[in-house]
Amino acid sequence: MAFLKRSPWILHYDASSCNGCDIEVLACLTPLYDVERFGIINTGNPKHADILLITGGVNSQNRPVVRNLYEQMPEPKVVIAVGACAATGGIFRECYNIAGGIDKVIPVDVYVPGCAARPEQIIDGVVAALGILEEKRERMAGGARMKEEAGETT
Amino acid sequence: MPGRIVVPFGPQHPVLPEPIHIDLVLEDELVVDAVPSIGYIHRGLEQLVQKREYPEYVYVAERICGICSFMHALCYCQGIEHIMGIEVPDRSRYLRTIWSEYSRLHSHLLWLGLFADAMGFENLFMRSWQLRESVLDISEDTTGGRIIQSTCKVGGVRRDIGQDKLDEIHRGLDSFEEDCRDLGKVFLNDETVKYRLKGLGVLSKDEAYTLGSAGPTLRGSGVASDHRETGYAAYGELGYKAVVETAGDCYARCAVRVRELYSSIDIIRRAIEGMPEGPIDVKVKGAPDGEYFSRVEQPRGEVVHYLLGNGTKHLARARIRTPTFANIPALVKMLPGAQLADVPIVVLSIDPCISCTER
Repeated sequence: MAFLKRSPWILHYDASSCNGCDIEVLACLTPLYDVERFGIINTGNPKHADILLITGGVNSQNRPVVRNLYEQMPEPKVVIAVGACAATGGIFRECYNIAGGIDKVIPVDVYVPGCAARPEQIIDGVVAALGILEEKRERMAGGARMKEEAGETT
Repeated sequence: MPGRIVVPFGPQHPVLPEPIHIDLVLEDELVVDAVPSIGYIHRGLEQLVQKREYPEYVYVAERICGICSFMHALCYCQGIEHIMGIEVPDRSRYLRTIWSEYSRLHSHLLWLGLFADAMGFENLFMRSWQLRESVLDISEDTTGGRIIQSTCKVGGVRRDIGQDKLDEIHRGLDSFEEDCRDLGKVFLNDETVKYRLKGLGVLSKDEAYTLGSAGPTLRGSGVASDHRETGYAAYGELGYKAVVETAGDCYARCAVRVRELYSSIDIIRRAIEGMPEGPIDVKVKGAPDGEYFSRVEQPRGEVVHYLLGNGTKHLARARIRTPTFANIPALVKMLPGAQLADVPIVVLSIDPCISCTER
Protein backbone atom coordinates (compact mmCIF):
# COMPACT_ATOMS: atom_id res chain seq x y z
CA MET A 1 0.00 0.00 0.00
CA ALA A 2 3.05 2.25 -0.18
CA PHE A 3 1.89 3.46 -3.57
CA LEU A 4 -1.38 4.75 -2.20
CA LYS A 5 -0.66 8.45 -2.46
CA ARG A 6 -3.94 9.53 -3.94
CA SER A 7 -7.46 8.16 -4.02
CA PRO A 8 -8.04 6.46 -7.37
CA TRP A 9 -11.52 6.57 -8.78
CA ILE A 10 -12.65 3.57 -10.72
CA LEU A 11 -14.85 3.25 -13.75
CA HIS A 12 -16.30 -0.20 -14.16
CA TYR A 13 -17.63 -1.46 -17.47
CA ASP A 14 -18.94 -4.85 -18.51
CA ALA A 15 -17.70 -5.57 -22.02
CA SER A 16 -19.55 -8.81 -22.78
CA SER A 17 -18.69 -10.85 -19.73
CA CYS A 18 -20.92 -13.32 -17.95
CA ASN A 19 -21.48 -10.92 -15.10
CA GLY A 20 -19.68 -13.08 -12.55
CA CYS A 21 -16.64 -10.78 -12.38
CA ASP A 22 -18.88 -7.72 -12.38
CA ILE A 23 -20.69 -8.71 -9.23
CA GLU A 24 -17.30 -9.47 -7.67
CA VAL A 25 -16.15 -5.96 -8.60
CA LEU A 26 -19.23 -4.65 -6.79
CA ALA A 27 -18.55 -6.99 -3.88
CA CYS A 28 -15.21 -5.16 -3.41
CA LEU A 29 -17.20 -2.07 -2.44
CA THR A 30 -19.33 -3.74 0.19
CA PRO A 31 -18.65 -4.21 3.91
CA LEU A 32 -16.50 -7.36 3.82
CA TYR A 33 -13.87 -5.94 1.44
CA ASP A 34 -14.81 -2.25 1.55
CA VAL A 35 -12.25 -0.61 -0.73
CA GLU A 36 -13.78 2.76 0.01
CA ARG A 37 -11.70 2.87 3.18
CA PHE A 38 -8.65 3.25 0.88
CA GLY A 39 -10.35 6.12 -0.94
CA ILE A 40 -11.21 3.92 -3.94
CA ILE A 41 -14.61 4.92 -5.28
CA ASN A 42 -16.61 3.41 -8.10
CA THR A 43 -17.70 6.33 -10.22
CA GLY A 44 -20.09 6.22 -13.13
CA ASN A 45 -18.39 9.03 -14.99
CA PRO A 46 -15.40 8.32 -17.25
CA LYS A 47 -14.21 11.92 -16.93
CA HIS A 48 -13.75 11.43 -13.18
CA ALA A 49 -12.00 8.09 -13.39
CA ASP A 50 -8.32 7.14 -13.08
CA ILE A 51 -8.67 3.40 -13.44
CA LEU A 52 -10.82 1.52 -15.93
CA LEU A 53 -11.86 -1.86 -14.54
CA ILE A 54 -13.15 -3.81 -17.44
CA THR A 55 -14.46 -7.35 -17.76
CA GLY A 56 -15.37 -9.60 -20.65
CA GLY A 57 -14.18 -10.54 -24.08
CA VAL A 58 -15.61 -7.53 -26.00
CA ASN A 59 -18.14 -8.29 -28.72
CA SER A 60 -18.45 -6.28 -31.90
CA GLN A 61 -21.21 -4.02 -30.60
CA ASN A 62 -19.19 -3.23 -27.48
CA ARG A 63 -15.94 -2.26 -29.26
CA PRO A 64 -16.84 1.38 -29.94
CA VAL A 65 -18.26 1.77 -26.42
CA VAL A 66 -15.05 0.48 -24.83
CA ARG A 67 -12.89 2.72 -27.01
CA ASN A 68 -15.15 5.68 -26.31
CA LEU A 69 -14.94 5.18 -22.54
CA TYR A 70 -11.17 4.83 -22.71
CA GLU A 71 -10.77 7.98 -24.78
CA GLN A 72 -12.99 9.99 -22.46
CA MET A 73 -10.84 9.25 -19.43
CA PRO A 74 -8.23 11.89 -18.60
CA GLU A 75 -4.50 11.04 -18.64
CA PRO A 76 -2.84 9.41 -16.77
CA LYS A 77 -5.07 6.36 -16.81
CA VAL A 78 -4.66 2.66 -16.16
CA VAL A 79 -6.70 -0.21 -17.59
CA ILE A 80 -7.29 -3.40 -15.61
CA ALA A 81 -8.66 -6.42 -17.45
CA VAL A 82 -10.57 -8.50 -14.91
CA GLY A 83 -11.14 -12.19 -15.46
CA ALA A 84 -10.06 -14.88 -17.88
CA CYS A 85 -12.24 -13.68 -20.74
CA ALA A 86 -10.93 -10.12 -20.43
CA ALA A 87 -7.42 -11.50 -20.81
CA THR A 88 -7.87 -13.96 -23.67
CA GLY A 89 -11.55 -14.43 -24.36
CA GLY A 90 -11.54 -17.34 -21.90
CA ILE A 91 -14.34 -19.81 -22.35
CA PHE A 92 -15.92 -17.56 -24.98
CA ARG A 93 -12.88 -17.30 -27.24
CA GLU A 94 -14.38 -19.56 -29.89
CA CYS A 95 -17.58 -17.54 -30.12
CA TYR A 96 -18.11 -15.86 -33.48
CA ASN A 97 -18.80 -12.53 -31.89
CA ILE A 98 -15.94 -12.15 -29.44
CA ALA A 99 -12.77 -10.14 -30.08
CA GLY A 100 -10.89 -12.25 -27.51
CA GLY A 101 -9.64 -9.92 -24.82
CA ILE A 102 -9.64 -6.26 -23.91
CA ASP A 103 -6.14 -5.75 -25.33
CA LYS A 104 -7.49 -6.29 -28.83
CA VAL A 105 -9.32 -2.98 -28.45
CA ILE A 106 -7.46 -0.78 -25.95
CA PRO A 107 -4.05 -1.07 -24.23
CA VAL A 108 -4.19 -3.00 -20.95
CA ASP A 109 -1.80 -2.45 -18.03
CA VAL A 110 -2.87 -5.08 -15.50
CA TYR A 111 -4.43 -8.50 -16.01
CA VAL A 112 -6.39 -10.08 -13.16
CA PRO A 113 -6.79 -13.85 -13.64
CA GLY A 114 -9.67 -16.01 -12.49
CA CYS A 115 -13.08 -17.15 -13.62
CA ALA A 116 -14.72 -15.52 -11.82
CA ALA A 117 -11.93 -13.34 -10.38
CA ARG A 118 -12.14 -13.15 -6.61
CA PRO A 119 -12.53 -9.79 -4.85
CA GLU A 120 -9.10 -10.22 -3.21
CA GLN A 121 -7.52 -10.66 -6.65
CA ILE A 122 -9.33 -7.61 -8.00
CA ILE A 123 -8.14 -5.49 -5.09
CA ASP A 124 -4.64 -6.84 -5.67
CA GLY A 125 -4.95 -5.79 -9.32
CA VAL A 126 -6.03 -2.30 -8.31
CA VAL A 127 -3.04 -2.01 -5.98
CA ALA A 128 -0.72 -3.03 -8.84
CA ALA A 129 -2.48 -0.48 -11.04
CA LEU A 130 -1.81 2.26 -8.48
CA GLY A 131 1.92 1.75 -8.95
CA ILE A 132 1.58 2.03 -12.72
CA LEU A 133 -0.64 5.09 -12.34
CA GLU A 134 2.01 6.75 -10.19
CA GLU A 135 4.74 5.93 -12.75
CA LYS A 136 2.66 7.36 -15.56
CA ARG A 137 1.98 10.49 -13.55
CA GLU A 138 5.68 10.99 -12.85
CA ARG A 139 6.53 10.44 -16.49
CA MET A 140 3.92 13.03 -17.51
CA ALA A 141 5.20 15.46 -14.91
CA GLY A 142 8.77 14.82 -16.08
CA GLY A 143 7.75 15.41 -19.70
CA ALA A 144 6.05 18.67 -18.75
CA ARG A 145 9.14 19.81 -16.81
CA MET A 146 11.42 19.03 -19.74
CA LYS A 147 9.14 20.96 -22.06
CA GLU A 148 9.17 23.89 -19.66
CA GLU A 149 12.95 23.88 -19.40
CA ALA A 150 13.30 23.57 -23.16
CA GLY A 151 10.90 26.51 -23.50
CA GLU A 152 13.03 28.66 -21.15
CA THR A 153 16.31 28.03 -22.94
CA THR A 154 15.06 28.88 -26.42
CA MET B 1 -47.99 20.83 -25.43
CA PRO B 2 -44.36 20.50 -24.34
CA GLY B 3 -41.77 19.38 -26.86
CA ARG B 4 -40.43 15.87 -26.80
CA ILE B 5 -36.80 15.02 -26.18
CA VAL B 6 -34.95 11.74 -26.29
CA VAL B 7 -32.61 10.89 -23.43
CA PRO B 8 -30.31 7.90 -23.85
CA PHE B 9 -30.04 5.62 -20.79
CA GLY B 10 -26.97 3.40 -20.93
CA PRO B 11 -25.11 1.40 -22.17
CA GLN B 12 -22.69 2.57 -19.49
CA HIS B 13 -24.79 3.78 -16.57
CA PRO B 14 -23.96 3.99 -12.85
CA VAL B 15 -26.95 1.97 -11.63
CA LEU B 16 -26.46 -0.85 -14.10
CA PRO B 17 -23.63 -3.30 -13.60
CA GLU B 18 -24.28 -4.41 -17.15
CA PRO B 19 -24.82 -2.54 -20.41
CA ILE B 20 -28.29 -2.09 -21.81
CA HIS B 21 -29.34 0.88 -23.86
CA ILE B 22 -32.80 2.44 -23.58
CA ASP B 23 -33.89 5.53 -25.48
CA LEU B 24 -36.34 7.40 -23.25
CA VAL B 25 -38.76 9.74 -24.97
CA LEU B 26 -39.63 12.50 -22.50
CA GLU B 27 -42.23 15.22 -22.21
CA ASP B 28 -40.64 17.48 -19.61
CA GLU B 29 -39.76 15.00 -16.85
CA LEU B 30 -42.35 12.43 -17.81
CA VAL B 31 -41.45 9.30 -19.78
CA VAL B 32 -43.88 8.76 -22.67
CA ASP B 33 -42.06 6.03 -24.53
CA ALA B 34 -39.09 3.72 -24.09
CA VAL B 35 -37.17 1.97 -26.84
CA PRO B 36 -34.72 -0.66 -25.62
CA SER B 37 -31.83 -1.88 -27.73
CA ILE B 38 -29.77 -4.84 -26.63
CA GLY B 39 -26.77 -6.75 -27.93
CA TYR B 40 -23.83 -5.46 -25.88
CA ILE B 41 -23.24 -8.82 -24.24
CA HIS B 42 -24.25 -11.14 -27.05
CA ARG B 43 -21.55 -13.80 -27.28
CA GLY B 44 -23.26 -16.48 -29.35
CA LEU B 45 -23.20 -19.19 -26.70
CA GLU B 46 -25.93 -21.22 -28.37
CA GLN B 47 -23.63 -21.89 -31.29
CA LEU B 48 -20.90 -23.19 -28.97
CA VAL B 49 -22.82 -26.47 -28.59
CA GLN B 50 -21.40 -27.40 -31.97
CA LYS B 51 -17.84 -26.88 -30.73
CA ARG B 52 -18.04 -28.36 -27.23
CA GLU B 53 -19.05 -31.89 -26.33
CA TYR B 54 -22.27 -32.15 -24.37
CA PRO B 55 -20.69 -32.83 -20.94
CA GLU B 56 -18.30 -29.90 -21.47
CA TYR B 57 -21.07 -27.53 -22.42
CA VAL B 58 -22.16 -27.49 -18.76
CA TYR B 59 -19.28 -25.09 -18.11
CA VAL B 60 -20.47 -22.81 -20.90
CA ALA B 61 -24.06 -23.02 -19.63
CA GLU B 62 -22.81 -21.91 -16.21
CA ARG B 63 -21.27 -18.85 -17.78
CA ILE B 64 -24.40 -17.72 -19.58
CA CYS B 65 -24.86 -15.66 -16.47
CA GLY B 66 -22.67 -15.36 -13.40
CA ILE B 67 -25.57 -14.77 -11.02
CA CYS B 68 -27.89 -17.66 -11.83
CA SER B 69 -24.97 -19.78 -12.96
CA PHE B 70 -25.87 -22.90 -11.00
CA MET B 71 -29.44 -22.89 -12.29
CA HIS B 72 -28.39 -22.63 -15.92
CA ALA B 73 -26.20 -25.68 -15.42
CA LEU B 74 -29.07 -27.44 -13.65
CA CYS B 75 -31.51 -26.65 -16.44
CA TYR B 76 -29.08 -27.88 -19.09
CA CYS B 77 -28.21 -31.06 -17.19
CA GLN B 78 -31.85 -31.89 -16.52
CA GLY B 79 -32.57 -31.50 -20.23
CA ILE B 80 -29.73 -33.81 -21.27
CA GLU B 81 -30.67 -36.32 -18.57
CA HIS B 82 -34.25 -36.36 -19.80
CA ILE B 83 -33.19 -36.94 -23.41
CA MET B 84 -30.83 -39.75 -22.42
CA GLY B 85 -33.26 -41.26 -19.91
CA ILE B 86 -30.90 -40.93 -16.93
CA GLU B 87 -32.33 -41.18 -13.42
CA VAL B 88 -30.13 -39.15 -11.08
CA PRO B 89 -29.74 -40.39 -7.49
CA ASP B 90 -32.00 -38.86 -4.82
CA ARG B 91 -29.15 -37.34 -2.87
CA SER B 92 -27.94 -35.39 -5.89
CA ARG B 93 -31.44 -34.02 -6.46
CA TYR B 94 -31.51 -32.74 -2.89
CA LEU B 95 -28.03 -31.26 -3.18
CA ARG B 96 -29.04 -29.53 -6.40
CA THR B 97 -32.04 -28.07 -4.62
CA ILE B 98 -29.91 -26.72 -1.79
CA TRP B 99 -27.43 -25.07 -4.16
CA SER B 100 -30.27 -23.70 -6.28
CA GLU B 101 -31.84 -22.06 -3.27
CA TYR B 102 -28.51 -20.65 -2.15
CA SER B 103 -28.13 -19.16 -5.64
CA ARG B 104 -31.57 -17.64 -5.29
CA LEU B 105 -30.71 -16.19 -1.90
CA HIS B 106 -27.52 -14.63 -3.21
CA SER B 107 -29.25 -13.31 -6.30
CA HIS B 108 -32.17 -11.79 -4.38
CA LEU B 109 -29.90 -10.21 -1.79
CA LEU B 110 -27.75 -8.82 -4.59
CA TRP B 111 -30.83 -7.41 -6.27
CA LEU B 112 -32.22 -5.94 -3.04
CA GLY B 113 -28.89 -4.19 -2.55
CA LEU B 114 -28.77 -2.78 -6.07
CA PHE B 115 -32.39 -1.73 -5.75
CA ALA B 116 -31.68 0.11 -2.50
CA ASP B 117 -28.71 1.76 -4.21
CA ALA B 118 -30.98 2.91 -7.06
CA MET B 119 -33.29 4.44 -4.46
CA GLY B 120 -30.29 6.23 -2.94
CA PHE B 121 -30.53 4.16 0.26
CA GLU B 122 -26.86 3.29 0.51
CA ASN B 123 -27.07 1.95 4.04
CA LEU B 124 -29.50 -0.71 2.97
CA PHE B 125 -27.35 -1.56 -0.06
CA MET B 126 -24.39 -2.27 2.20
CA ARG B 127 -26.48 -4.29 4.63
CA SER B 128 -27.95 -6.49 1.88
CA TRP B 129 -24.53 -7.20 0.43
CA GLN B 130 -23.14 -7.89 3.85
CA LEU B 131 -25.77 -10.59 4.34
CA ARG B 132 -25.05 -11.90 0.87
CA GLU B 133 -21.43 -12.57 1.81
CA SER B 134 -22.53 -15.19 4.33
CA VAL B 135 -24.40 -16.99 1.53
CA LEU B 136 -21.30 -16.85 -0.67
CA ASP B 137 -19.20 -18.22 2.20
CA ILE B 138 -21.41 -21.31 2.26
CA SER B 139 -21.14 -21.62 -1.53
CA GLU B 140 -17.39 -21.45 -1.30
CA ASP B 141 -17.28 -23.87 1.60
CA THR B 142 -19.38 -26.50 -0.12
CA THR B 143 -18.40 -26.08 -3.77
CA GLY B 144 -15.08 -24.23 -3.85
CA GLY B 145 -16.42 -21.30 -5.86
CA ARG B 146 -18.10 -18.12 -4.76
CA ILE B 147 -19.95 -17.33 -7.97
CA ILE B 148 -19.24 -20.00 -10.56
CA GLN B 149 -19.58 -23.29 -8.79
CA SER B 150 -19.20 -26.06 -11.37
CA THR B 151 -20.80 -28.68 -9.16
CA CYS B 152 -23.64 -29.73 -11.44
CA LYS B 153 -22.85 -32.29 -14.11
CA VAL B 154 -24.81 -34.55 -16.40
CA GLY B 155 -25.77 -37.51 -14.23
CA GLY B 156 -25.67 -35.88 -10.81
CA VAL B 157 -23.41 -33.57 -8.89
CA ARG B 158 -19.65 -33.42 -8.54
CA ARG B 159 -19.35 -32.90 -4.81
CA ASP B 160 -21.08 -34.15 -1.71
CA ILE B 161 -21.75 -32.16 1.43
CA GLY B 162 -20.81 -34.13 4.55
CA GLN B 163 -23.27 -34.62 7.38
CA ASP B 164 -21.36 -32.41 9.83
CA LYS B 165 -21.26 -29.62 7.24
CA LEU B 166 -25.01 -30.01 6.63
CA ASP B 167 -25.64 -29.77 10.37
CA GLU B 168 -23.49 -26.67 10.57
CA ILE B 169 -25.40 -25.04 7.70
CA HIS B 170 -28.68 -26.01 9.33
CA ARG B 171 -27.65 -24.44 12.64
CA GLY B 172 -26.62 -21.22 10.87
CA LEU B 173 -29.97 -20.85 9.12
CA ASP B 174 -31.84 -19.54 12.17
CA SER B 175 -29.66 -16.51 12.73
CA PHE B 176 -29.46 -15.93 8.98
CA GLU B 177 -33.24 -15.96 8.73
CA GLU B 178 -33.47 -13.50 11.59
CA ASP B 179 -31.09 -11.14 9.77
CA CYS B 180 -33.07 -11.53 6.54
CA ARG B 181 -36.31 -10.74 8.36
CA ASP B 182 -34.76 -7.61 9.84
CA LEU B 183 -33.64 -6.58 6.36
CA GLY B 184 -37.04 -7.43 4.88
CA LYS B 185 -38.75 -5.27 7.48
CA VAL B 186 -36.86 -2.24 6.24
CA PHE B 187 -37.77 -2.94 2.61
CA LEU B 188 -41.43 -3.57 3.38
CA ASN B 189 -42.18 -1.08 6.17
CA ASP B 190 -39.84 1.87 5.75
CA GLU B 191 -41.72 5.03 4.82
CA THR B 192 -39.09 6.33 2.38
CA VAL B 193 -38.97 3.02 0.56
CA LYS B 194 -42.77 2.90 0.32
CA TYR B 195 -42.83 6.49 -0.87
CA ARG B 196 -40.42 5.71 -3.71
CA LEU B 197 -41.97 2.40 -4.76
CA LYS B 198 -45.73 2.37 -4.25
CA GLY B 199 -47.75 2.95 -7.39
CA LEU B 200 -44.62 3.12 -9.56
CA GLY B 201 -44.30 1.08 -12.76
CA VAL B 202 -47.66 -0.63 -12.49
CA LEU B 203 -48.20 -3.77 -14.54
CA SER B 204 -51.70 -5.23 -14.44
CA LYS B 205 -52.38 -8.94 -14.14
CA ASP B 206 -53.64 -9.20 -17.73
CA GLU B 207 -50.69 -7.29 -19.13
CA ALA B 208 -48.22 -9.38 -17.18
CA TYR B 209 -49.82 -12.54 -18.50
CA THR B 210 -50.25 -11.52 -22.13
CA LEU B 211 -46.75 -10.01 -22.38
CA GLY B 212 -45.38 -13.33 -21.18
CA SER B 213 -43.45 -12.00 -18.19
CA ALA B 214 -41.76 -14.40 -15.85
CA GLY B 215 -40.75 -14.75 -12.24
CA PRO B 216 -41.25 -12.06 -9.60
CA THR B 217 -42.44 -9.63 -12.28
CA LEU B 218 -45.31 -11.98 -13.08
CA ARG B 219 -45.99 -12.97 -9.48
CA GLY B 220 -45.91 -9.35 -8.34
CA SER B 221 -48.87 -8.75 -10.64
CA GLY B 222 -50.92 -11.49 -9.08
CA VAL B 223 -50.29 -14.49 -11.36
CA ALA B 224 -49.36 -17.54 -9.29
CA SER B 225 -46.81 -19.12 -11.57
CA ASP B 226 -43.64 -20.64 -10.23
CA HIS B 227 -41.99 -23.54 -11.98
CA ARG B 228 -40.84 -24.98 -8.67
CA GLU B 229 -44.45 -26.01 -8.09
CA THR B 230 -44.12 -28.60 -10.86
CA GLY B 231 -41.55 -30.43 -8.74
CA TYR B 232 -38.25 -30.74 -10.61
CA ALA B 233 -35.16 -31.73 -8.59
CA ALA B 234 -36.39 -32.27 -5.02
CA TYR B 235 -39.17 -29.68 -5.07
CA GLY B 236 -41.73 -32.43 -5.66
CA GLU B 237 -41.01 -34.07 -2.29
CA LEU B 238 -40.41 -30.80 -0.46
CA GLY B 239 -43.48 -29.05 -1.83
CA TYR B 240 -43.58 -25.42 -2.79
CA LYS B 241 -46.24 -22.76 -3.12
CA ALA B 242 -45.67 -19.64 -5.21
CA VAL B 243 -45.27 -16.28 -3.46
CA VAL B 244 -47.79 -13.85 -4.93
CA GLU B 245 -48.47 -10.12 -4.53
CA THR B 246 -51.28 -8.39 -6.35
CA ALA B 247 -50.48 -4.69 -6.65
CA GLY B 248 -48.21 -5.03 -9.71
CA ASP B 249 -46.03 -2.04 -8.81
CA CYS B 250 -42.34 -1.87 -7.88
CA TYR B 251 -43.22 -2.34 -4.22
CA ALA B 252 -45.05 -5.60 -4.98
CA ARG B 253 -42.13 -6.94 -7.01
CA CYS B 254 -39.81 -6.04 -4.15
CA ALA B 255 -42.14 -7.72 -1.66
CA VAL B 256 -42.20 -10.93 -3.73
CA ARG B 257 -38.42 -11.12 -3.64
CA VAL B 258 -38.23 -10.36 0.07
CA ARG B 259 -40.76 -13.09 0.84
CA GLU B 260 -38.95 -15.51 -1.47
CA LEU B 261 -35.89 -15.10 0.73
CA TYR B 262 -37.86 -16.63 3.60
CA SER B 263 -39.31 -19.42 1.46
CA SER B 264 -35.83 -20.29 0.13
CA ILE B 265 -34.48 -20.56 3.66
CA ASP B 266 -37.41 -22.80 4.50
CA ILE B 267 -36.71 -25.07 1.51
CA ILE B 268 -33.02 -25.35 2.42
CA ARG B 269 -33.96 -26.24 5.99
CA ARG B 270 -36.37 -28.96 4.91
CA ALA B 271 -33.99 -30.29 2.23
CA ILE B 272 -31.24 -30.72 4.83
CA GLU B 273 -33.66 -32.44 7.21
CA GLY B 274 -34.91 -34.81 4.51
CA MET B 275 -31.53 -35.43 2.84
CA PRO B 276 -31.42 -39.07 1.67
CA GLU B 277 -28.29 -41.19 1.85
CA GLY B 278 -26.72 -42.72 -1.22
CA PRO B 279 -24.53 -41.99 -4.22
CA ILE B 280 -24.35 -38.54 -5.78
CA ASP B 281 -23.94 -39.41 -9.44
CA VAL B 282 -24.45 -42.12 -12.04
CA LYS B 283 -22.19 -43.03 -14.91
CA VAL B 284 -23.21 -41.50 -18.22
CA LYS B 285 -22.63 -43.39 -21.44
CA GLY B 286 -23.58 -42.64 -25.02
CA ALA B 287 -24.83 -39.44 -26.53
CA PRO B 288 -28.17 -37.62 -26.47
CA ASP B 289 -30.54 -38.30 -29.33
CA GLY B 290 -33.82 -36.42 -29.26
CA GLU B 291 -35.14 -33.07 -28.11
CA TYR B 292 -36.45 -31.60 -24.90
CA PHE B 293 -37.65 -28.29 -23.46
CA SER B 294 -36.03 -28.11 -20.05
CA ARG B 295 -37.43 -25.56 -17.61
CA VAL B 296 -36.16 -24.31 -14.26
CA GLU B 297 -37.29 -21.48 -12.01
CA GLN B 298 -34.44 -19.01 -11.71
CA PRO B 299 -34.34 -16.03 -9.36
CA ARG B 300 -35.60 -13.86 -12.23
CA GLY B 301 -38.19 -16.30 -13.51
CA GLU B 302 -38.50 -19.32 -15.65
CA VAL B 303 -35.62 -20.24 -17.96
CA VAL B 304 -36.14 -22.55 -20.93
CA HIS B 305 -33.35 -24.58 -22.51
CA TYR B 306 -34.37 -26.24 -25.75
CA LEU B 307 -31.89 -28.99 -26.53
CA LEU B 308 -31.73 -31.02 -29.71
CA GLY B 309 -29.35 -33.97 -29.84
CA ASN B 310 -28.50 -35.95 -32.96
CA GLY B 311 -26.81 -38.99 -31.43
CA THR B 312 -23.31 -37.50 -31.52
CA LYS B 313 -21.23 -35.95 -28.75
CA HIS B 314 -22.18 -32.52 -30.03
CA LEU B 315 -25.73 -31.25 -29.76
CA ALA B 316 -27.32 -30.11 -33.00
CA ARG B 317 -29.01 -27.08 -31.46
CA ALA B 318 -29.51 -25.31 -28.17
CA ARG B 319 -31.95 -22.48 -27.70
CA ILE B 320 -32.07 -20.61 -24.44
CA ARG B 321 -34.93 -18.31 -23.44
CA THR B 322 -34.09 -16.46 -20.28
CA PRO B 323 -36.48 -14.68 -17.89
CA THR B 324 -35.14 -11.16 -18.45
CA PHE B 325 -35.74 -11.52 -22.17
CA ALA B 326 -39.36 -12.33 -21.38
CA ASN B 327 -39.60 -9.37 -19.03
CA ILE B 328 -38.33 -6.67 -21.39
CA PRO B 329 -41.75 -6.16 -23.09
CA ALA B 330 -43.22 -5.71 -19.60
CA LEU B 331 -40.52 -3.16 -18.82
CA VAL B 332 -41.39 -1.17 -21.93
CA LYS B 333 -45.00 -1.19 -20.71
CA MET B 334 -44.03 -0.02 -17.19
CA LEU B 335 -41.82 2.91 -18.11
CA PRO B 336 -44.32 5.34 -19.72
CA GLY B 337 -45.82 7.53 -17.00
CA ALA B 338 -42.77 7.35 -14.74
CA GLN B 339 -40.63 10.38 -13.89
CA LEU B 340 -37.14 10.42 -15.36
CA ALA B 341 -35.70 10.19 -11.83
CA ASP B 342 -37.65 6.99 -11.22
CA VAL B 343 -36.43 5.24 -14.37
CA PRO B 344 -33.50 3.44 -12.66
CA ILE B 345 -35.91 1.99 -10.07
CA VAL B 346 -38.39 0.80 -12.69
CA VAL B 347 -35.64 -0.73 -14.82
CA LEU B 348 -34.16 -2.53 -11.81
CA SER B 349 -37.56 -3.73 -10.62
CA ILE B 350 -37.59 -6.48 -13.27
CA ASP B 351 -34.10 -7.51 -12.07
CA PRO B 352 -32.51 -7.21 -15.51
CA CYS B 353 -29.76 -9.70 -16.17
CA ILE B 354 -28.38 -8.65 -19.50
CA SER B 355 -25.82 -11.39 -19.98
CA CYS B 356 -28.65 -13.93 -19.59
CA THR B 357 -30.81 -12.06 -22.05
CA GLU B 358 -28.25 -11.87 -24.80
CA ARG B 359 -26.38 -15.10 -24.17
